[in-house]
Amino acid sequence: MTADTILASLHLSIPELILAVGALALLMIGVFSGERSGPMVTGLAIAVLAVAGLWIIFVPGEGLAYGGAYLADGFSRFMKIVALVGSIVTMFMSMGQAREQQLDRFEFPVLLLLATLGILLMISAHDLISLYLSLELQSLALYVVAAINRDNLKSTEAGLKYFVLGALSSGMLLYGMSLVYGFTGHTTFDAIATALSAETRSLGLVFGLVFVLAGLAFKISAVPFHMWTPDVYEGAPTPVTAFFAAAPKVAAMAILTRIVITAFHPVLADWQQIIVFISIASMVLGSFAAIGQRNFKRLMAYSSIGHMGYALVGLAAGTKTGVSGVMLYMVIYMVMTLGTFAIIMAMRRKDGRQVENVDDLAGLSTTNPFMAVVLTALMFSLAGIPPLAGFFGKYFVFVAAIQAHLYALAVIGVLSSVVGAYSRSCGLTKPRTNSPARLVRCAWSSASRACSWSATSSSAALSAVLPIWLPRRCFDGV
Amino acid sequence: MTDWPILSTVTFLPLVGVLLLLFTREDGPNGRRNILNISLATTVFTFIVSLFVWIWFDNANPGFQMIEKHDWLTSGISYHMGVDGISMLFVILSTFLMPFCVLASWLSVEKRLKDYMIAFLVLETMMVGVFVSLDIVLFYVFFEAGLIPMFLIIGVWGGKDRVYASYKFFLYTLLGSVLMLLAIMAMYWQAGTTDIPSLLAYKFPPQLQTWLWLAFFASFAVKMPMWPVHTWLPDAHVQAPTAGSVILAGILLKLGGYGLIRFSLGMFPNASEFFAPLVFVLSVIAIIYTSLVALMQEDIKKLIAYSSVAHMGYVTMGIFAANQQGVQGAIFQMLSHGIVSGALFLCVGVIYDRTHTREIAAYGGLVNNMPKYAVAMMVFTMANVGLPGTSGFIGEFLTLIGVFRVNTWVALFAATGVILSAAYALWLYRRVIFGVLDKENLKKLLDLSPREQLILYPLIALTILFGVYPAPIFDATAASVDLLVNNYTAALHAAQNVALSMN
Repeated sequence: MTADTILASLHLSIPELILAVGALALLMIGVFSGERSGPMVTGLAIAVLAVAGLWIIFVPGEGLAYGGAYLADGFSRFMKIVALVGSIVTMFMSMGQAREQQLDRFEFPVLLLLATLGILLMISAHDLISLYLSLELQSLALYVVAAINRDNLKSTEAGLKYFVLGALSSGMLLYGMSLVYGFTGHTTFDAIATALSAETRSLGLVFGLVFVLAGLAFKISAVPFHMWTPDVYEGAPTPVTAFFAAAPKVAAMAILTRIVITAFHPVLADWQQIIVFISIASMVLGSFAAIGQRNFKRLMAYSSIGHMGYALVGLAAGTKTGVSGVMLYMVIYMVMTLGTFAIIMAMRRKDGRQVENVDDLAGLSTTNPFMAVVLTALMFSLAGIPPLAGFFGKYFVFVAAIQAHLYALAVIGVLSSVVGAYSRSCGLTKPRTNSPARLVRCAWSSASRACSWSATSSSAALSAVLPIWLPRRCFDGV
Repeated sequence: MTDWPILSTVTFLPLVGVLLLLFTREDGPNGRRNILNISLATTVFTFIVSLFVWIWFDNANPGFQMIEKHDWLTSGISYHMGVDGISMLFVILSTFLMPFCVLASWLSVEKRLKDYMIAFLVLETMMVGVFVSLDIVLFYVFFEAGLIPMFLIIGVWGGKDRVYASYKFFLYTLLGSVLMLLAIMAMYWQAGTTDIPSLLAYKFPPQLQTWLWLAFFASFAVKMPMWPVHTWLPDAHVQAPTAGSVILAGILLKLGGYGLIRFSLGMFPNASEFFAPLVFVLSVIAIIYTSLVALMQEDIKKLIAYSSVAHMGYVTMGIFAANQQGVQGAIFQMLSHGIVSGALFLCVGVIYDRTHTREIAAYGGLVNNMPKYAVAMMVFTMANVGLPGTSGFIGEFLTLIGVFRVNTWVALFAATGVILSAAYALWLYRRVIFGVLDKENLKKLLDLSPREQLILYPLIALTILFGVYPAPIFDATAASVDLLVNNYTAALHAAQNVALSMN
């Protein structure tokens, strides 16, 4: 490898380098300026993320780097920007409640920065090894973040659960990768695809494929590998949960799309049935299990399980339309999820505790009509009712499924979306109809007010505006 | 005719009112008055503007008019609007009923008036949008989006069991329409467009038509509603506030009928012919069964709700008779029912505001102290029965003629529904208006206030006007219905020829 190719590789991966160097520098700053540097480090971390994001937007570079292990193209650019926006917004949201959730340590932003680095690398991974390494970088940072509220039993439990189950999924992924390598003799996606189209696929490869998909399904919390999600969502501090629900999901969905569309495209028939199955299972479980939930974070966990199912509908089609549908869906999903979490965080109860239960929202529309309206819009959007963004996300993935003649998948999908609409609007009429005697007092801390307002109102505005320009944007990216 | 985008104006004008409302305060009687005035002005102004649609409408042109088209989403989905003879009058009906809804809510809505009016104005935009959109995805967006405000109107301002009713309404209709959404996607991949005029011209293969027809039917049958998926309607009507019931019966039910004419009949003629017997059976069951059920109701609103289901039975029957009389009659019946059932719910609202009960047994002898009310109620009851000279007669008569040409037995059974409707409507009238005025709380009821007269008298005038002089409506619809029916028969002939040449 000559100096030229190394330089070219480095140039392509500058966003990642910015994050890596930034994370190390912030760690130093944090260590040397002591305990109280939390807010400053958070601010700087946001700046680092923003710089990386701006670089991706304004300095487009395309091509393979590091001997085929890293790929920059339109798809990865798009997904990276989405993931970075997710990270920035969640970090903003965490600022308001840093102290009471014990997130005011400087390690927190640094860990999120490292996780984001892993996320970007994962989106760009074009080789089984780089995929595994980036995924581990991301996961290890997140295991720690989940348990960062050390004094809280639930938080530590969430961290432990996440770690054990995550390790299990990593093991499966690695096992699958070694099988794939063994039966194709390659690790880069291109080479695997070439090898697969050259010969008839062997049974061993199918086993490898199944294990790889299982490992990745863990990361996007698709059924039947979803068990960790509700517990971890509930236990982790709310800003962390918002982070879990946004950027890592985008990244895992991106890499899943990448690996099945490029590396395993020759065996489409094999992976398609797996994706169809986990898609249906996720949609159905996500909608039905959400009905009984009274805890807001658990509700969001099941909702995200369901939404991953919908995104997979587009992937199951295995076409260009499908992939752009997935991209659009993930963007819209992220906006809606972040908006909802921003609302959860913006609301405190009278005694200063967090709003955790759906019942706590009773009478919200009288105490804070603006929030009630935004929450209503977000919930209807999550349920996929037009003219809100969630509908357009669903529209474009189902269009792809119909094109690919996956009628059963489409019918089950839309039917479960009706159930999903029920479970989500469940959380909605409750607050509107209960007696105003049980008011939620929305006490706003000064910091969280600014960011939560901006987050909620911008996401609500985006919900309305997205459908108009996003599809075009998104389809250009493919 | 000008280049002014009149249809977009009518569609989105209510949103201007919403914007104004957002800047008003609700506190105190002045704030309340402001909100009501703004809402009333918006709806009246929208109605006046919408009249220009009718004035500029060219009756001789069977195609779509006043077309607006802009690119919207990729993959060919456009912002495409236009009206023809089938949809134009529904636009007018929607804008016409809105001021009455505002007036009906003048005193009865006590809490959160501003939110209520906003919900109504948004709903108006969605309803008009459904009728004027010429892109099937745009149509779907408006069709579904209307669920949100209606869900909130029932769920927030409704009666005792409002939450249950609003869920039932929401989930029933959503369940039907998601299947339609899949059918829309399948049509897109088959025909390569979502443009309604192009889809009307496209010939779908008969095999596919069957499935598409079923998916669309799932949506529209729930919306109409047809037996046996009508059960959400009585609940929704009973729980909804008066104005909500008016809109529900007056316009939302018509979305289903409009969809059946526009999509099922227009795009899937072979499947429509194949399934026509099924629709006839369901319609006849709806007419007879729900009329009988209406006879046994204790609640005035529920009785009118069941009578709506029965009347919609005539509409579905007329549509799938698929001849000139049937379809014209169905359209007329829908328009007339929009006015008459709306007016009946307003009548119920008048006495409900005074006594806060809808139990039939709680009333009796109102003619003694509310003579004006008794007259108004009588006209609408007669129109509901289908008495000649009222608008209700013409629609029923034409649909019966239409179906008689296709199937005598269906016409025979459906005609018994007329008798049954006379039975339940007159019995209701007798129990509420006539009899002895012996209940203490009824004795001090006042007759119609000027506001209530303003609501009911124009509707009386229209009911009788269209009963004796229906020509304006038929003039507007005739050309488009002709075209639709001709296309339908042509498609059937073509299919027959293919079948013959195969043998």
